Amino acid sequence: MSTPIKPGGEYRGDFLEVDAMLDDEERLIRDTVRAFVADRVLPDIADWFAQGTIPVELAKEMGAMGLLGMHLNGYGTAGTNAVSYGLACRELEAGDSGVRSFVSVQGSLAMYPIWAFGSEEQKQRWLPPMASGEIIGCFGLTEADAGSDPEAMKTSARQDGSDWVIDGTKMWITNGGIAGVAIIWAHTENGIRGFIVPTDTPGFSTSDIRYKMSLRASVTSELVLDGVRVPGDAILPDVVGLKGPLSCLNEARLGIVFGSTGAARACYEAALSYSKERVQFGRPIASFQLTQRKLVEMMVKVNQATLLAMHLGRKRDAGTLTAQQVSFGKMVNVRSALEVAREARSVLGANGITLEYPVIRHMNNLESVYTYEGTNEIHILVLGEAITGISAFQ
Amino acid sequence: MKIAVCVKQIPDPATPYELDAESHLVVRPQDQVLDDTDRYGVEVGLQLAEANEGTVTLFSMSPSGSLQGIRQALAMGADKAVLIDDQALRGSAALTTARVLAAAIEREGFDLVIAGTESTDGYTGVVPQQIAEILDVPALSFARRVEAGDGKVTIERQTATGYDVVESPLPAVLAVTAGSVEPRYPTFKGIMQAKQKPIDNLTAGDLGFGDDDVGIAGSGQSITAVAPIAGRQAGEIIEDDGEAHLRIVALLEETKVI
Repeated sequence: MSTPIKPGGEYRGDFLEVDAMLDDEERLIRDTVRAFVADRVLPDIADWFAQGTIPVELAKEMGAMGLLGMHLNGYGTAGTNAVSYGLACRELEAGDSGVRSFVSVQGSLAMYPIWAFGSEEQKQRWLPPMASGEIIGCFGLTEADAGSDPEAMKTSARQDGSDWVIDGTKMWITNGGIAGVAIIWAHTENGIRGFIVPTDTPGFSTSDIRYKMSLRASVTSELVLDGVRVPGDAILPDVVGLKGPLSCLNEARLGIVFGSTGAARACYEAALSYSKERVQFGRPIASFQLTQRKLVEMMVKVNQATLLAMHLGRKRDAGTLTAQQVSFGKMVNVRSALEVAREARSVLGANGITLEYPVIRHMNNLESVYTYEGTNEIHILVLGEAITGISAFQ
Repeated sequence: MKIAVCVKQIPDPATPYELDAESHLVVRPQDQVLDDTDRYGVEVGLQLAEANEGTVTLFSMSPSGSLQGIRQALAMGADKAVLIDDQALRGSAALTTARVLAAAIEREGFDLVIAGTESTDGYTGVVPQQIAEILDVPALSFARRVEAGDGKVTIERQTATGYDVVESPLPAVLAVTAGSVEPRYPTFKGIMQAKQKPIDNLTAGDLGFGDDDVGIAGSGQSITAVAPIAGRQAGEIIEDDGEAHLRIVALLEETKVI
């Protein structure tokens, strides 16, 4: 207690200096992804969003850097810790939630189940080309009538000789239309099982969802499996039941806990800089009390969310993180990011609705992030059950 | 081919820095980053090493104890680093810096020394040439394209109007411009491996310098005052009365842009 508390000066960004907790390696990963986003994403993202595309060659660039499956180890992956994965998600999502979604799906939803539940042969065949971005993966769990309640899925797989034959339709599948391989979850006689399905298998087809107003720089598709026949070794041998897909989602949700803080930060920074330059009544709008209140509320939310993400990331690395704590983070950080985005939109006035500024793009994207990978409502009920011991939905 | 690349760790340009009231020197924070201009030198070094089965050793002088910038350059692919990390070096002038770096490079052995044209915090822009003089080898400056092999190095030297092709026998010292190459991103694997790469820590004394030879005492100069630069003058607004293009062309010619 010998050092007095300093008065502080003008703060830029990281008000609570949360990033001072990072080690050199984590900081380098953060800076590398931030530079990549500044060079490769930000110059074109408004156009991608407007046109509803994402260039597939980004996959190989991200693979070469080590972004894909970065928190796994072996099989061509980088083998970083969970905090580094979170920081990468944060910096990617400060660019765009669609770009972060691509990386989340590839690493946590498509590569993770192979890495965690696959056979040695499956890992060696699939993980290296997925880590390099040569093969894009997708994750087929959700169906049109089975969202929060995945147990209600209709997709089924039956054994036919040594093969499996899969029938069903998956919906809202990120990367579906550009994937070379799909992890398909299906009912079998012995419970829900995962299958590695190459997308060129006869009977497998996709159609992209074109008319969406959110995550436009991301491919979202329907997958149709019509008598898709795969060999017996396409099944993931080491997991049975919903805990398979749910454990993948927990991995991905930690990325969202961090990622959403990136989107929120980008909105806050846009609002802060705009408010200092925008002059009304002869002075910058940042000088008005109402605007200052908005800016402070946004800054506080960004910092609280960042602190929470870091806490959960450190717990993940220490091996003490629970799925309920991930729900806490996903629920509150995405909600808070959405509030920041809306507040920032109001600071930017009419300019806030254009793609000249990042705010409405993030705001629209976050509507998807709010709902996917466990809706806000389901995470609330998970926490409700955690503190009362009573499940409200099962 | 033994390639030495000089790099500097500087305070993060994105955060405000302060000057020491007495010495007028930059107060160096614990965490410093790789000078952005050095990424170009590292990239040129790595490309030449890949083409010539060479090695890249980083040389850096820093009195702060920070390693972040060095690790960044190692993560890009450099093989090892020699860091002269000594509080006695604090306040060293450009010539002292060149003497210390040259001594470390000579001790290690070299075929080619690469540096950025100038650092982003000091902007003296003379260290590469001073190193060349001390090592008694040719200096090639403002290099944008570089080829090396068969005992020689050939560069395109950026000029105001284009470039000169300059060739020199090896060993030599090369100062590269920002924009000479597209520096690679460090890979995550590179970042993870950087911690395992060797960093030799030396003091000024290890290189044969006494305390009076380096730092403020050895620099032979002191900063007597620091003043903020005058604010920029307002630009000229050219009203287009149909002849505006003539005025714009005249201004561009005046500034030798065209």
